[in-house]
Amino acid sequence: MTVVIDRTKSPNPDGAPGPVSAAAAARRKAGGGDGGLYKPRTPIYPKLVHGRWRMIKWALLVATLAVYYIVPWIRWDRPGDLPDQAVLVDFTGRRFYFFFIQLWPQEVYFITGLLVMAALALFLITALFGRLWCGYTCPQTVWTDLFIAVERLFEGDRNARMKLDASPMSFDKLWRKTGKHAVWLGIAFGTGGAWIFYFHDAPTLIRNFWVGTGPMTAYVSCAILTATTYVFAGMMREQVCTYMCPWPRIQGAMLDDHSLQVTYRRDRGEPRGPHKKNQSWEGRGDCIDCNQCVVVCPMGIDIRDGAQLECINCGLCIDACDEIMVKMDRPRGLIAYDTDHAVAARETGGIKNLYRFVRSRTVFYAVALTIVSGLMIWGLTQRSAVDLHVLRDRNPTFVRLQDGSVRNGYTLKITNRSFAPQTFTIAIEGVPGAQLKTPGSAVASDRLAVVVKPDEVRAVRVFVTAAPTAISAANMPVQMTMTSPTGEARVQTNFLSGEANAR
Amino acid sequence: MSEHEREKDAISGVDTTGHEWDGIRELDNPLPRWWLWVFWACVIFAIGYWVAFPAWPGVTSYTQGLLGSSDRRDVAVALADLEKVRGAGAAGLRDATLQQIEQDPELQAYALTLGQSVFGDNCATCHGTGGAGAKGYPNLRDDIWLWGGTLDDIAFTLKHGIRSGEPEARTSMMPAFGRDQMLKPAQIQDMTEYVVALSGRPADRAAVDRSRQIFADQCASCHGVDGKGDQAQGAPNLTDGEWLYGSDRAAINGQIHNGRGGVMPAWGGRFSPETIKALAVYIHANSGQ
Repeated sequence: MTVVIDRTKSPNPDGAPGPVSAAAAARRKAGGGDGGLYKPRTPIYPKLVHGRWRMIKWALLVATLAVYYIVPWIRWDRPGDLPDQAVLVDFTGRRFYFFFIQLWPQEVYFITGLLVMAALALFLITALFGRLWCGYTCPQTVWTDLFIAVERLFEGDRNARMKLDASPMSFDKLWRKTGKHAVWLGIAFGTGGAWIFYFHDAPTLIRNFWVGTGPMTAYVSCAILTATTYVFAGMMREQVCTYMCPWPRIQGAMLDDHSLQVTYRRDRGEPRGPHKKNQSWEGRGDCIDCNQCVVVCPMGIDIRDGAQLECINCGLCIDACDEIMVKMDRPRGLIAYDTDHAVAARETGGIKNLYRFVRSRTVFYAVALTIVSGLMIWGLTQRSAVDLHVLRDRNPTFVRLQDGSVRNGYTLKITNRSFAPQTFTIAIEGVPGAQLKTPGSAVASDRLAVVVKPDEVRAVRVFVTAAPTAISAANMPVQMTMTSPTGEARVQTNFLSGEANAR
Repeated sequence: MSEHEREKDAISGVDTTGHEWDGIRELDNPLPRWWLWVFWACVIFAIGYWVAFPAWPGVTSYTQGLLGSSDRRDVAVALADLEKVRGAGAAGLRDATLQQIEQDPELQAYALTLGQSVFGDNCATCHGTGGAGAKGYPNLRDDIWLWGGTLDDIAFTLKHGIRSGEPEARTSMMPAFGRDQMLKPAQIQDMTEYVVALSGRPADRAAVDRSRQIFADQCASCHGVDGKGDQAQGAPNLTDGEWLYGSDRAAINGQIHNGRGGVMPAWGGRFSPETIKALAVYIHANSGQ
């Protein structure tokens, strides 16, 4: 069961102020609600915090950005004219390269499978540990974190930024703002600039891009991504998560009482209130109402209101609270990754098994993930480098020749996914003494040799002629076989001759 | 839905719209400011679009737009580009002989593709989309040819046509033995038996014997003494199983009586030499040669 915060009613029957939505609180603070028709964004000034989760976030920020910027530059030797880029989405060549894997457009189901796996993994992680994706690795979070770090570099921490924004325009304010936006634009351009390398040979494109001979799509993509990065990470920030992203709305179906989430342990914290030095901790909660959890929150919410749509589970409030708790000489973990069930259990007392990771939904997600991954690996290992498709002529279905023999026409589509030219031997089984021939060749024979260039599909017209004595039925099932040193393919098809010609 | 007084919501301090559905009331929250900006940006974009591009209809014309954009001209440019692309393949066809085209894999592929499209647009009406023909229209997929089935024969037929009236057209005329009273009905009856016998089917021996001299006098000059035909005159082989106008006695009798001959148009005046080459290669290839 998911806890739903009812924001239409005051949670305290006596009408005392209690958990309400952050948006409502912000609106009240901004004095809105009875004024204009349009709501201005309430600015958020997240304060810098130090601690374990902040360190993990920095590390992941560096790691994810490194992956993003470095991957297109990894080289991977492939023969001939094939691109030497390890990861490449080659739209012009209609191929997708990933290290030793090369996918053709008709194998797009591998990408679909990968996306299904990613979705299931996300569901599993969310059901177990809450929105870790949102808090740590989502590009919106990573780039926003980076942009806030730049902002801090130019304008200082929370208080300095608030003061700067409130102050009238001055030279100091002007250069700080200009510098910040310039660096932001630089990062945004770098983001868009790195994206396009996934679609073209990176060393070639970087030269062509700067001398102005790059493809138009590269310039347009780069411009679009520069704009979206600048606007999303610089201006819109948490609004992207709360207004635009569907994930916060879907997560309600993934989470339950046993999911780990950033949780204010109200059983320990309440009743809250300011604490004077040497005052006793008896009869009161550990929360001293210092608001540090609120000022560090990049989403501008108060975690003490409980689990809420805006929370991205990043754990910065945990670090902020722990810092205070240490100063107050109280145990850490007033805000921690915890479950609603555990909090409720401690409140009422006497319930064992505070944490349950094995639940029907986590088992289901894990099983589904295992099945899909298994199918994907099986599909990849079973993938053949050669492929044969046979299209029988349907108009006319067969041709009767002067000497009474019957000829059928077939179009063979031979796929050579290997990186070397291949000679395929084509033969047919099921019609005794059948003669095969391609247009323009002088002689017919019982087998044909067809050369297909590397990484190509070749369409070949093949005529199969059967003598009257070989025709035993109007519709003879036959097998077209294709053999090469690297593989073999068989395709079931038919040899038609019409009732009158079958003896 | 019912209407209520607009009132202030106690928790959020926001006005309600006064609309209510089953006890759920709607807050009159303001729109996000950025959303409003997007709205105005769209309005400004629309105005800019009207100025820059063709937009408003007038009585006789329309507003042209400052950029001078025109879909009609874009189509013309695209068609010119297409001609340029086709030009490369067409040059290959122009410079090569029919045999060279058929032996070169790339030229052959180009000719087959072009030939198929031209065949579908022009030849399929009579010969069928697959080229298998119909009664009175020869099958182009088998190895039986009235006027010859080599690449050059096919190209010549395509260019000049058959009984098309073009000066070099392939022309021959089977006499209408019955209609023009060259043979009596009974003689035509006997000759029908003779032709049936030629193709190896059981026939009236007496009638066959009666016709032997007439066939030698009247028919053998074109169809040959043994009835195997002559491609130079477009005279069909009467000994095989293929019949342009039908194989039963009534059809054969009718053909001797009326002496029908089909007409194929001369395509030389309508197709470029390259197109004729492509078509000849396509037909030749699909006849299994």
